[in-house]
Amino acid sequence: MGHGSWFKGSTLVAIALTVFGVGVSGCGAQGADQHKAITVYAAASLRSVFDEIKKRYEDRNPGSTVEFTFAGSSDLVTQLTQGAKADVFASADTRNMDKAEAAGLLADKPVNFASNTLVIVTAPGNPKQIHGFADLAEPGLVVVECAAPVPCGGATHKVAQQLHVTLTPASEETSVTDVLNKVTSGQADAGVVYRTDALLAGPKVATVEFPEAATAVNHYPIAVLKSASDAVGARNFVDLVTSGVGQKILQQAGFAQP
Amino acid sequence: MRPGLPRWIYLPAFLGGLFVAVPLLAVVVKVDWTSFASLITSSASVTALLLSVKTAAVSTALCILLGVPVALVLGRSRSPVVRWVRPIFLLPLVLPPVVGGIALLYAFGRLGLLGRYLDAAGIHIAFSTTAVVLAQAFVSLPFLVIALEGAVRSVGVDHEAVAATLGARPTVVWWRVTMPMLLPGLVSGAVLAFARALGEFGATLTFAGSRQGVTRTLPLEIYLQRESDADAAVALSLLLVVVAAIVVAVVGSRRLASGGLTSGVGS
Repeated sequence: MGHGSWFKGSTLVAIALTVFGVGVSGCGAQGADQHKAITVYAAASLRSVFDEIKKRYEDRNPGSTVEFTFAGSSDLVTQLTQGAKADVFASADTRNMDKAEAAGLLADKPVNFASNTLVIVTAPGNPKQIHGFADLAEPGLVVVECAAPVPCGGATHKVAQQLHVTLTPASEETSVTDVLNKVTSGQADAGVVYRTDALLAGPKVATVEFPEAATAVNHYPIAVLKSASDAVGARNFVDLVTSGVGQKILQQAGFAQP
Repeated sequence: MRPGLPRWIYLPAFLGGLFVAVPLLAVVVKVDWTSFASLITSSASVTALLLSVKTAAVSTALCILLGVPVALVLGRSRSPVVRWVRPIFLLPLVLPPVVGGIALLYAFGRLGLLGRYLDAAGIHIAFSTTAVVLAQAFVSLPFLVIALEGAVRSVGVDHEAVAATLGARPTVVWWRVTMPMLLPGLVSGAVLAFARALGEFGATLTFAGSRQGVTRTLPLEIYLQRESDADAAVALSLLLVVVAAIVVAVVGSRRLASGGLTSGVGS
């Protein structure tokens, strides 16, 4: 028994040392990298467009690379305030960028580079005949929206208030992707998502636009961070996003002018 | 006499203890105590806590109902079929909960394998509290099965055989001999299942959605509060830590130490 536990103990220590060792050498390798690499913290909804912009950036700046962390904007702000190092932060709403600014994380003023509006998505062919926001209040309809604290939920509530429409959603999801999934998987009859999400879902959904969406537009700000290891590279990336090239890529994905 | 442990082993053991204790301590330190009471007694928090306790209790009952027969078959049967089937019951233990949620969605969802027939019959599981219970039971069942299966194996059949030779009918043997001997294993399994159900997040979010009082359990409430009010999320996290600690400490620790789980893992 004594012998057995000794063996087990030493094995565990060896495993622990290996794990920590690998972690340390991983960081070392990154630090020794000759290439210039910028790290961009970006809202999850920007994934496809930023992947495209990254290609342009790396073409224009040979030897430079862009690394992304995509997550919900509020998660990203939390990570940054807890000491995560990054060069650029792109948020899906001004509220989270304001939080980053209040925490003293930004090297300069944030710039709005895109906006996104709400649309209704339904099953392909719109079998429940939904033609406007007010139709969502129809009894018997299974509607899913974002919860109020999430940016898309805040916008949905704003529209509902202005139209004096009371929605009784079957679920208030924590992310817009979850709303979309509930519709594409057929669980819900309709959901309120961003135009860009509807475009990404392609033929799996029918999109219903409603004019009142214009009253609850979501703005996307971007800024260089104080913790930037390559401030020049970070600046170049922000400039590329706000340039004509960046704007064209954004608009192809369904984003509107800032 | 017990053989002594080598003295150095206390150092990694101590580090292991810190590894678990420090993050929990960090939650306690982070809590804003001046507003703690108001944060955890807000109507959203209380609703979520009650829903969590209620659904975890129901799903534990469901686990007992389904898990006891499964554990007995797995623990007693010599059939090769059972040996092949056994890993399936343990699969939810190692699956990411979100995968469990997706699997449940395509089984019980509105367009799912079974869900479409249930829906046609007027039984709507999606977005209901039933969906929460199913998600919790799906991920907790293996905890109960493993704990009880270990107990079944270690208890053996000798006592039952004796009771039967003394003239006891199978039902009497079951209630008077088998069940009392398996009780510690069952309790430890049920406690583990309850604790796992209480903490269920991924499968619930994927399968059941999130609506106050219906499907938004405490972990989902914490996840949502995190978006807007970090202090509330921390306060609720502590609440969940305390509830889980009570479950494990009061009912669990002695059972876990002496009950079926240790032998179950060892076998």
